[in-house]
Amino acid sequence: MKRIALLLVGLLGAGLVHADTTRISASHAWIRVLPGALPAGAYVVLRNDGDKPVALTGASTPDYGMAMLHRSTQSGGSSRMAMVDALPIPAHGTQALAPGGYHLMLMDARHPVQPGDTVRITLKFDNGVTLPVDFIARPAGALGDQG
Amino acid sequence: MKLPRTPRLALFLLSLAGILLLSACHRGSDLPFKLTDIGGHMPDLQFQLTDDNGKPASAADFRGKVVLLYFGYTHCPDVCPLTLAQLHAALQKLGKAADDVRILFVSVDPARDTPAVMHAYVNAFDKRAVGLTGSAGAIEALSKRYRSGFTREPASDGGNYEVTHSSAIYVFDRNGHARVLDANAPQEDLVHDLGLLLSNGTSP
Ligand SMILES: [Cu+2]
Repeated sequence: MKRIALLLVGLLGAGLVHADTTRISASHAWIRVLPGALPAGAYVVLRNDGDKPVALTGASTPDYGMAMLHRSTQSGGSSRMAMVDALPIPAHGTQALAPGGYHLMLMDARHPVQPGDTVRITLKFDNGVTLPVDFIARPAGALGDQG
Repeated sequence: MKLPRTPRLALFLLSLAGILLLSACHRGSDLPFKLTDIGGHMPDLQFQLTDDNGKPASAADFRGKVVLLYFGYTHCPDVCPLTLAQLHAALQKLGKAADDVRILFVSVDPARDTPAVMHAYVNAFDKRAVGLTGSAGAIEALSKRYRSGFTREPASDGGNYEVTHSSAIYVFDRNGHARVLDANAPQEDLVHDLGLLLSNGTSP
C-alpha cells in the first residue's frame, strides 16, 4: 500500500514537471555571432501555454562561460543595457527576446562559434522548469533567425 | 530731407535681414528630407582619429562621400550590431549608388577597441564601414561636437563595464556638412534622404 502511494506520488510529480515543461515552448532561436572574442546576443520567442505566468530567470550553455539576461533601452536619444532578474511571460501568451530589447548576452565563448552552428542554451524559469533550446548561429549582419 | 531717408534705410536693413534669414533657412531645407533636418544647426564633420587599419584619419579623407556617423563600441552585443545591420540593409536598397557612402563607426570605448578589433567588427557588417578609434580626448571632442554624450559605468559582473551611448546617426553630405539626423526613424526615410544626398545633395 505504502509502495503504491509512493509510486503514485512519483508519477504525479513526474506528470507535473512534464506538464509544466511542455507548456513553455521556444521558437525563432538565434544568435548574432560577432568576430573574435566579442560577446554575442541571443534571441528567442517564448510561449507560455499554461494558466499561470512564468518568468525566465537565467540561462546557461556549455559553449559560453557566461549567459546573462539583459535589456537594451533607449531614452533621450541614448542607448544602454541593463541586467534583468526575471522576464515574465504571461499565461497563454508570448514574450520575445529581440534585437534592441531583451536578449541573452553570451560571453567568453569556449570555442569559436561560426554562422550555421547550433548552440544549445538551457533556459531556466522561476517555476523550476528548465528548457533546452537549440539556437542557430547567424552572421553579424543578420536581422533575424532567417533571411 | 533727413526724415524720409531713415525709413528707407530701415526698409533696406529689414529686407537684408529677410534675405539673410531666408538663406539661413534655405541651407537647412533645400532638399525635401524625411529625417530631422539639421542643416546649419550642427558643425561640419571634423576629427583626428585612427582608422581600423591603424592609419591616421580625418574628415578630409571622406570629402566626396556621404557620411553616416555613429557612436558605439564593439562589446555592445545588441544595439550596435542591430544598427550596423540596419545601415547595411539600407545601403543595399540604394544599390551601386551607395558605394559613395561611408559608415563611420566611432568607438566610445577606445581602451578595448583597438584598430584590429574594429577592423574585424565593421567589416562583418559592411565593406563601406570604417572603424574609428583614438585617444579618449579626441573621441570626447568629436562626441561633444555633435552633443552626443556617452558614459561608462562598471557593470555588476566581473570586470566588465557598460557604456551608455547616443543612438542617433548623423548624416553628412559630400562636402562634410551636417544634413540630417536619424534617431530610430523607419528605414525608408534614411534610404530616401541618402538618395537625395547622393544625387544632388551638396550644400554651399
Ligand atoms: Cu547585453
